[in-house]
Amino acid sequence: MTRGGETLEPILQIQHLTHTYSAGTPFQRSAVEDMSFDVYDGEFLGIIGHTGSGKSTLIQHLNGLLRPTSGRVLLHGKDIWAEPKKIRSVRFQVGLVFQYPEYQLFEETVYKDIAFGPTNQGKTGEELDRCVREAARLVGIRDDQLDRSPFELSGGQKRRVALAGVMAMEPQVLVLDEPTAGLDPAGRENLMANIRDYHRNKRRTIILVSHSMDEIAQNVDRILVLKSAHVLMSGTPAEVFARADELLTAGLDVPQVTRIAMRMREKGLPINPAVYTVQALERELLALRKGGAAC
Amino acid sequence: MLKDITLGQYFPGDTVAHRLDPRTKILLVTFYIIALFCAKGAVSYGLLALTLAVCVRISRVGLHALVRGLKPVLFIILFTGILNLFFTPGERYLVEWGVLRISDTGLRNAIFMVIRIMLLIMGTFLMTYTTSPISLTDGLERLLNGLKKIHVPVHELAMMMSIALRFIPTLIEETDKIMSAQKARGADFESGGLVQKARALIPVLVPLFISAFRRADELATAMECRCYHGGEGRTKLHVLHYAARDWAALALGAAILVGVLALRPLGL
Ligand SMILES: Nc1ncnc2c1ncn2[C@@H]1O[C@H](COP(=O)(O)OP(=O)(O)OP(=O)(O)O)[C@@H](O)[C@H]1O
Ligand SMILES: [Mg+2]
Repeated sequence: MTRGGETLEPILQIQHLTHTYSAGTPFQRSAVEDMSFDVYDGEFLGIIGHTGSGKSTLIQHLNGLLRPTSGRVLLHGKDIWAEPKKIRSVRFQVGLVFQYPEYQLFEETVYKDIAFGPTNQGKTGEELDRCVREAARLVGIRDDQLDRSPFELSGGQKRRVALAGVMAMEPQVLVLDEPTAGLDPAGRENLMANIRDYHRNKRRTIILVSHSMDEIAQNVDRILVLKSAHVLMSGTPAEVFARADELLTAGLDVPQVTRIAMRMREKGLPINPAVYTVQALERELLALRKGGAAC
Repeated sequence: MLKDITLGQYFPGDTVAHRLDPRTKILLVTFYIIALFCAKGAVSYGLLALTLAVCVRISRVGLHALVRGLKPVLFIILFTGILNLFFTPGERYLVEWGVLRISDTGLRNAIFMVIRIMLLIMGTFLMTYTTSPISLTDGLERLLNGLKKIHVPVHELAMMMSIALRFIPTLIEETDKIMSAQKARGADFESGGLVQKARALIPVLVPLFISAFRRADELATAMECRCYHGGEGRTKLHVLHYAARDWAALALGAAILVGVLALRPLGL
């Protein structure tokens, strides 16, 4: 894949991945079926899909928490399960932040909790301190909060601490499972701004799982749409939202702006259906008015 | 590994085995356990194994799920078997190898003991697989109702048990989730000695306890909001009634128990 002249290398390759839960019992069900896609170095990939479409199951394969029932996951072209003993090193390269990660905090202070991951990596002394402080700064935790107990913080602050705990490991790929679920609108935007900054400054790959089309549309370079354990479509936001009809028939949402554009088209205005930002819609409308005046 | 602990898990279904009154099933399992401990010879064990096989067939719970339930106790089964095998004195020794000797009685005892434990566990699991935890404790409460007269807090015990049963799967799931989250941060639960392994559990246990206390608190509030004040004057949504099939099942169960007891003096 290329973008802006530079060629992007795939950092993760998912090949025919299938995962079946509780195989051999009456509860058996496939949460991921024959999924294949690549994740490129430095890109911001969004994954979207219904509740139960297999998003969380899929991303737990990326750092080897789950082992594929069949299929492979390649990191830098190497099967992560080639040497099962070395799976921990994969987890340091692909950092995964779970859904509702605030429940994983356990240390006496925020600082120690953030330091858990990097300490497991073997970092010590100044390097450890640098990683912890930098990660705390990236998610907007103030220095004076580092010595407090994580259990005294608000839900949103706990979430940030948990996020910092994974960022502090400095993974090459950061996977976030619905990081903004359950936050208020201001908190959401704030946290997304932190994540955008992280991506802009570090140029590291981010995979963002979300329920919100608007959140995805505003942040990512590329979207992967999942539907009942399969990849429904993938492409840039413009490509995906150009197929807004399909998204809607699949029972998924489209960004609000796209919905407005679709409504306008229904009313007979010749608007490009792939717009998904307010600015793009504005441009379209202005162009339309000029075009209309010319007639 | 954690997922293998299936105690208290219920496989919904609509077979005769599922529809039996929970009291019937508890009594049947009690009969079965008594019969297992009274069984002396191959004929009795064969009869009891056959009974279980028929029940498994009727309940449509896969044999696979039952065998999976045995996995966590495999060690205990093997241990008991080996103890019996080597340390039962007998008249004739089949193998003598230093201090290790296998007598004919030892071999017999070991085989029967292993079969007995396996049947016992599978029989009990069959009950929990086909009976929802709620109706199981309901049945138990009704069966033990008489003990209230001697001030045994039957209702409270039953309530505690149903809450505990209800939350076992939840807590296991939660443990799995927390372990995964800590593994994602590089926690290592596998390597190291005993002390190191125990220490590695701290990042799991602390969040688990916090969430268990939170759940208990929330549940207590929810119960109080719905005016729970103990068993006094509390009526049931599902009142238990014995049906014809219950009497039939109990009669069959009793017949098998009597059969095993009758075979006992014959040593069969
Ligand atoms: N540990 C598990 N055991 C058995 N089945 C599971 C387990 N985890 C998930 N599933 C099943 O797999 C399917 C996919 O679940 P998954 O958690 O991947 O969905 P999701 O897309 O992340 O949903 P959500 O948006 O609600 O987080 C669901 O139907 C779920 O019931
Ligand atoms: Mg999920």
